[in-house]
Amino acid sequence: MMSIIVRTMTRLVTPAVLIFGLYVIMHGHVTVGGGFQGGAVFASAAALLLAAFGSERIREHLKLPDLTVISCVGALLFAGLAFGGLGKTFFYNFLVGSPLFGHVPEFGPTHEDIWTGGVIAPMNIGVALNVVAGLGAIMLLMALASRNKGDKE
Amino acid sequence: MTALIVNAPFVAVAALACIGLYIMVTQRNLIKLVMGVTILQSAVNLFLISLGYRSGGAAPGFTHASGTLMVLPVPQALTLTSIVIGVATTALMLTLVILIHRHTSETDAEKSRRVKG
Amino acid sequence: MARRVFTGATLVLVAMMLFAVALAMRPFGEPPSAMDDYIIQNTQEVTGANSAVAAVVFDWRGYDTLGEATVLFTAFTGVAMLLRRRKDESG
Repeated sequence: MMSIIVRTMTRLVTPAVLIFGLYVIMHGHVTVGGGFQGGAVFASAAALLLAAFGSERIREHLKLPDLTVISCVGALLFAGLAFGGLGKTFFYNFLVGSPLFGHVPEFGPTHEDIWTGGVIAPMNIGVALNVVAGLGAIMLLMALASRNKGDKE
Repeated sequence: MTALIVNAPFVAVAALACIGLYIMVTQRNLIKLVMGVTILQSAVNLFLISLGYRSGGAAPGFTHASGTLMVLPVPQALTLTSIVIGVATTALMLTLVILIHRHTSETDAEKSRRVKG
Repeated sequence: MARRVFTGATLVLVAMMLFAVALAMRPFGEPPSAMDDYIIQNTQEVTGANSAVAAVVFDWRGYDTLGEATVLFTAFTGVAMLLRRRKDESG
């Protein structure tokens, strides 16, 4: 538990970090970014909260079974979309040309269009859930395991 | 001497790899060993990225691009995978360091070799 | 004492080999790019994505991303299993 200046600034800065992480995740198929990069930015907000408030107070809000469920849902979403195109081959992009995420741009520089990409855009969200829950749970477990003996249980 | 200026990223990769190897061989504290492994992984990632640069190229994306001369996109995808695997390896190594400290209350690689029955 | 001399000599030898390879490589900025030229030309009509790196990570080489998600999930499971809290030991 750090001093009051650190705690107040953490309360002010954390929403901005979370919104920036969501922006990097959602725009993965249009510009630079994607699931892994945005997931790392999102998990750094959890690291900031753990460092400023201590692992005792954070443990009551971020429970470990919830993080396990979120990580499994993300991994199953990613693998399930890979099985979706099994008519032709594994990992086939079956959403190109369909009304959901199916615009096909022509070759060369284009304007921005978020409804492109096919099956890449939902896969970004699945991978981001996996990375956020995994990194947050690893940091929480290590912070809980390295407390000193004088702290209360 | 011009090879030193033109190939500057590869010389930096060699320097980082030498520093990482030196730390891994000569240090005895366990946390410093983990840091040495991380520095060696950073050298390999830098090497992968700098293999795919094309002179005068831009970022590999077509949204508001200024042309079609781009750098190679495949080494960037392989480096993403390598960074994530580095994170997983570092997490498991640090967990083992926590367990060693919990059982023997030492963080020295030479003194914590005896396995108590 | 002999062990220190042997360690130092091995490290100097490895450093010399690494620097010799770094100076004798292909010049920086001219890679062979037959496969990547094909990927840049055909990304927008085959995958429909506007970003070549996202298309390579999830469509042209999606199998590697499946292996990477598995490695991250395995690391999370390993850490959770190793750092369980037991009821019969303290701390």
